[in-house]
Amino acid sequence: MRQLALLLTLTATLSLGPAFAQTSLLNVSYDPTRELYKDYNAAFAKHWQAKTGQVLSFRQSHGGSGKQAMAVRDGLEADVVTLALAYDIDALVERKLIPLDWQARFPNNSSPYTSTIVFLVRKGNPKGIKDWGDLAKPGVAVITPNPKTSGGARWNYLAAWAWALKQPGGNDQKAKELVTAIFKNVPVLDSGARGSTTTFVERGLGDVLIAWENEAQLAVNEIGRDKFEIVAPSLSILAEPPVAVVDKVAEKHGTRLTAQAYLDYLYSEEGQNIAARHYYRPRDAKVAAKYAAQFPKLKLVTIADAFGGWQKAQKTHFADGGSFDQIYLKK
Amino acid sequence: MSANKLTRATQEPVWVRYGLMTIGLGFLFFFLGLPLVAVFVEALAQGLPLYLEALAEPETRSAIWLTIVIALAVLPFNILFGVAAAWAIAKFDFKGKSLLITLIDLPFAVSPVVAGLIFILLFGSQGTFGPWLAAHDVKIIFAVPGMILATLFITFPFIARELIPLMQAQGKDEEEAAVSLGASGWQMFWRVTLPNIKWGLLYGVILANARAMGEFGAVSVVSGHIRGETNTLPLHVEILYNEYNAIGAFAAASILALLALVTLVAKTIVEWRMKKETEMLNTVLAPEKT
Repeated sequence: MRQLALLLTLTATLSLGPAFAQTSLLNVSYDPTRELYKDYNAAFAKHWQAKTGQVLSFRQSHGGSGKQAMAVRDGLEADVVTLALAYDIDALVERKLIPLDWQARFPNNSSPYTSTIVFLVRKGNPKGIKDWGDLAKPGVAVITPNPKTSGGARWNYLAAWAWALKQPGGNDQKAKELVTAIFKNVPVLDSGARGSTTTFVERGLGDVLIAWENEAQLAVNEIGRDKFEIVAPSLSILAEPPVAVVDKVAEKHGTRLTAQAYLDYLYSEEGQNIAARHYYRPRDAKVAAKYAAQFPKLKLVTIADAFGGWQKAQKTHFADGGSFDQIYLKK
Repeated sequence: MSANKLTRATQEPVWVRYGLMTIGLGFLFFFLGLPLVAVFVEALAQGLPLYLEALAEPETRSAIWLTIVIALAVLPFNILFGVAAAWAIAKFDFKGKSLLITLIDLPFAVSPVVAGLIFILLFGSQGTFGPWLAAHDVKIIFAVPGMILATLFITFPFIARELIPLMQAQGKDEEEAAVSLGASGWQMFWRVTLPNIKWGLLYGVILANARAMGEFGAVSVVSGHIRGETNTLPLHVEILYNEYNAIGAFAAASILALLALVTLVAKTIVEWRMKKETEMLNTVLAPEKT
């Protein structure tokens, strides 16, 4: 009996502990940012201690962007969210966790770094993949995560769609045909971008991985240049992964100022440098110039121009009964 | 002629016997032995020092610790519930008994992911008890209590399932004898019932513990995946693997594999003791019964 009481106390302390430690921030993020925030958290903790004397500790959670947003909605107490796309943060507005105008609270649509979607192929590009059209060819196995749970997968999907629209005689019907053909070539849908990368890189499945540029560069540079190559399509999408302070949680934890400073610092020169080192395209012109060689020049469309914003894109393509359901359920 | 047939029926040709044995052992080797060996080979691929270093990582240590805490928190409830349920079902007749048996089996039938989602629906911020919990600042989901609850749900049937047939087979003669000789309820339980079921109980505890430590699905749904805080070993293995940290992932996996081996040995010992005890019991009781 005493043992039981001891255990209960122990569990209670374990779970309540972080709530009392006010200098701890929980950053709920999407899949490929693991390495980025590991470095950034260390840098910010140092900066913050030098500035205020306060010692900060960070807690990180990573997963498919949509899945992570759901967890925050269901009560995961994130002080800040750093997700793959604005729509997932919009989901928090419904629950009054953050105000409607959240995207105007930080510069550049609250996206301190950008990325885009490229292809990762096996060394020598044996299937000769050059552009989106090649992914639809029979006999090409394509790896991409599930657009229902992964933010990256939704960018992938829309990038393919946008390319088809911009082809001579392109329209929504043609775009749908292309994306249908691409998804016919997908043998496995992982729930997050990182899951797809490991499927392609470690399990050796597929001829081409549609991936975040940062994820593809990480794979090439970490796992080996002699195994993979990056192919940049003729046109891709400007991916803007946004960040936000979760007001309701930060107020409850008393971490609002720290959380604000944490995200602000992403725009500083050091923050931008760290992002660029982890293959995210920096916003800061000076840092961008320094890392220019790292990022191929691509024709990029924005979600606002090509699809009229995330709310509309989500409704047309990824909501129940949207174009993805029509394509995938038919398969 | 008939004698020849008899020997034929019990003695298969040599090639059949060896063939079957090879298939059986080969299957065991490829599907159980080889993966187990692979885990340790991968974990130790770059030497023992790196392996130990991987295990000493604060996040891995915290995952090991959390896994132990959850198992220790779950087992007392499982023992309490398992013994009580098996006792009620095996020794008494009452209305709704078959319903109770079905309910006990529910966690076996329900997918662990669904089990996790049940707790989100109950305790999530939009769930049945969500607003009340939030108002009183009690964290269940995406914190350790939720993970304990989910593990509890998954491991509930193990001990009861182990004890019910055992207690049914033993009948209630001994308990009735104890009570008629003037034993109180507690005395009867401690001195008669418990000694009879102790090996079965231990067996159930071992199985429940193995499952509690290895559970992935249900715990994954309610964990929130906060590193160093709500990651159990199985979840941590996935995280490390996804970070291209093969040594770390396999080192953590090797701890789980070691646990499985320990479970196996403990299980064998308990089984052996159980068998010995029943044999002893049978030889003692045999003359009386005939």
